[in-house]
Amino acid sequence: MTLFLEQLLNGVQFGVMLFLMAAGLTLIFGIMGVINLAHGSIYMIGAYAGTFIAAETGSFWLGIPAALAAAALAGVAIEFLVVRRLYGRDHLDQVLATFGLILIFNQAVTMLFGRQPLFVQMPSLLDGSVELLPGLSYPIYRLAIILVGLLVALGLYLLINRTRIGMLVRAGSTNREMVRALGVDVRLLYTLVFGLGALLAGLAGFMAGPILAVQIGMGEQILITTFVVVVIGGVGSIRGAFFASLILGIVDTGLRAYLPGLLRQVMVGPEADALGAGISSMGIYLLMAIVLLIRPKGLFIRNS
Amino acid sequence: MTQPILNVRGLVKRFGGLLATDHVDLTVQPGEIHALIGPNGAGKTTLISQLMGELKPNEGTVELAGQSLDVLPTAQRVGLGLARTFQITCLLPDYTVLDNVALAVQVRQGHSFRFWKNVRADGSLRDEAATFLTGTGLEPRADELVANLSHGEQKQLELAVALATRPRLLLLDEPMAGLGHAESQQMIETLRGLKNQVSMLLVEHDMDAVFALADRISVLVYGRVIASGSVDDIRQNPEVRTAYLGEGDELC
Amino acid sequence: MNSETSFKRPALLAAVLIVLIALPLIADATGYSAMTSLATRILIYGIAAASLNLVLGYGGLVSFGHAAFFGIGGYVVGILYQHYSLEEPLFGFIPGTNQMLITLPAAILISGLAAAAIGALSLRTGGVQFIMITLAFAQMLFFLFVSLKTYGGDDGLIIRRTNELPGLNMRDKQTVYYVCLFITVAFFALLWRIVNSRFGKVLVGLRQSEKRMAAIGLPAYRYRLTAFIISGMGCGLAGALMANFMRFASPDMMHWTKSGELMVMVILGGVGTLFGPLIGAAVFIVLETTLAAWTENWQLALGFILLFVVLYTQGGVQALILRLKGKR
Repeated sequence: MTLFLEQLLNGVQFGVMLFLMAAGLTLIFGIMGVINLAHGSIYMIGAYAGTFIAAETGSFWLGIPAALAAAALAGVAIEFLVVRRLYGRDHLDQVLATFGLILIFNQAVTMLFGRQPLFVQMPSLLDGSVELLPGLSYPIYRLAIILVGLLVALGLYLLINRTRIGMLVRAGSTNREMVRALGVDVRLLYTLVFGLGALLAGLAGFMAGPILAVQIGMGEQILITTFVVVVIGGVGSIRGAFFASLILGIVDTGLRAYLPGLLRQVMVGPEADALGAGISSMGIYLLMAIVLLIRPKGLFIRNS
Repeated sequence: MTQPILNVRGLVKRFGGLLATDHVDLTVQPGEIHALIGPNGAGKTTLISQLMGELKPNEGTVELAGQSLDVLPTAQRVGLGLARTFQITCLLPDYTVLDNVALAVQVRQGHSFRFWKNVRADGSLRDEAATFLTGTGLEPRADELVANLSHGEQKQLELAVALATRPRLLLLDEPMAGLGHAESQQMIETLRGLKNQVSMLLVEHDMDAVFALADRISVLVYGRVIASGSVDDIRQNPEVRTAYLGEGDELC
Repeated sequence: MNSETSFKRPALLAAVLIVLIALPLIADATGYSAMTSLATRILIYGIAAASLNLVLGYGGLVSFGHAAFFGIGGYVVGILYQHYSLEEPLFGFIPGTNQMLITLPAAILISGLAAAAIGALSLRTGGVQFIMITLAFAQMLFFLFVSLKTYGGDDGLIIRRTNELPGLNMRDKQTVYYVCLFITVAFFALLWRIVNSRFGKVLVGLRQSEKRMAAIGLPAYRYRLTAFIISGMGCGLAGALMANFMRFASPDMMHWTKSGELMVMVILGGVGTLFGPLIGAAVFIVLETTLAAWTENWQLALGFILLFVVLYTQGGVQALILRLKGKR
């Protein structure tokens, strides 16, 4: 039971990380109609910048502003130099241009930091575990990630439902032309949304540092999983992204934790482990396939 | 009573809180031109889209010559003899005029799972397609790319492509919109000439054209049919005059 | 964009073919025997990119997962070879083989089946979802093969000898090149027929306006799915050839960057043209080889070139050449 709760928390923790990525991606697509593969690169940039500063200064906390600043800067630069030229273009051009950006960023980061993964020291405040229930102790750091993720979700909810910018964002994700017709400075809105998405991606990247290795290619791995989130949640829907992130996080973690054990009941150990790992990494894609069969537009988009 | 070619009963379409189609009943008799008029935003194009199956209505039924269309996708409705033209022309811009018509002929002839024979060398296809251009102003323009056509030519091509599907009922969405006077007159003549071959539901703002062509008229306001009858009935109907034609006589 | 494709310049085509036939001899005579290998890779990637182009350029469907079929084609060859060399049948009843006349059709069949499954699901949506979904399914297969320890896991499968063809010495690189050239010519001839057929015409019509095609009575889904399957089969064929040429099949063949590279080849050569992808494959591979010889950071240069091509040229290298000619 405690093991189950622990895995559930791990799933939620993975889920909120996915949400930080998916929120930006789904907004950028919903509002600007741009598919941005370089979103994963921003995640990587946040991770590297934050980890580097944290290592240089010896302070984890200084890594946070560094990660956010680097990610936001990279995001705004990408929007200004590349993505802005792609708004009217077809998806093929967007995919290829942002694919080019991935190649550039991956190589540039390799040249700056080398191929060895970086690791970041966890701050002493967040190091260690706390006993949540009798017999269930859980790393404080992971709890902190969950807390930050939920706070961001709440913040986004308030931003989108309670503010003028949020109203424009909502209007923009359902009807792009309407926002243009309202006489809003669309360019500024786009840059803001892109910057916000980049900020969240950078935050996610830095927070992932102490848990996963900071390395080249980390962005693409989570990007593809994030795509699955966006497809399941429905393109353009923040609410969908939130629930789909949590579902996927829990399903993925659960499969990885339990499937090899289940398979070991019917086959020999190492083979069960390998096959279990394989099937559990396929799990979220199979889930996506099922969702596509039932609701091709995603779980949280009303079919019209 | 002959069986109507088109029979619409209780059609409802909601967009959020907006009732775009409000319990519409409509019949078109074989061989008749039935005009559908109404102010902008009355829901005329929305209605056509539902008849074609491009939009799903929330309630109601649509029958073509007694056969229910309700569960059929657009492509199958076309197979049964329904065709439409688009108000904002919707053609294949990278193809020639003849190609656009030939494609409609090809689809009518059956499935297109033929992978080997060069379609441009297919004489029967091209000859039949050409017959739909004869007598129209498009004949000399057959090998021109659609992207290079004028607006009036595109409107004519819309009609030719629709006819190439050999429809029993033609849904015309403002065929005169954007045409000059001479082009409009030509379109009216063309439609009059088709009258014996195909029934038509004509959505049109040009009242001259409506009065010149229509056997019966229905008036759609805010998604509701407020009147339906002969040309004279509609001219005299006081409700229509206030709601749509306006009190003055300038439109008649 | 050229929607219809004909052999407009048969003389040019014949000249290119003669050069391709003479290429191994030229390579030997000039001492650049590596050129034959380079050309073999170009032909194979040309088949894969042209297959992708059928859905991408002609059909207007941006698939970001075609490496999956490329990899499946490779693995069919690899797995059949492993069962052949271990002399134990696959699933207990399918005997392994090293005969190309069996492995290639098997690769085409299996990748076609995979394309049918993935296409049937992905085509339920369109636009940006389609891109993400095809990418995701390819990634799923990537993970599947990484986890298949029986077939080498992430190390891949080594194929000790190229598949055999009756009467040919397949251990000779030149022979392999000529086999690939023959298959490439046959493949492009077939593709040429397809894009000019009734089917091809419908496919290009769907790219231009799905709404119009529905209004003339065409059910889109089954035609798109068919195109997707044909395209997957072509990529499977290319993958099978690549596994034979490299004598190696690995999950890297279906890595998402491979899907990206295939798309890059298509756009470099010109989207929606018959021979564009072949030209694009040549440009890409020559570029990759030259850049890699020049600097280890060649991906940086490739990224910038790609950005430039997308942002400033429309229609790839062919269009660029045409425009330069026009200006002079």
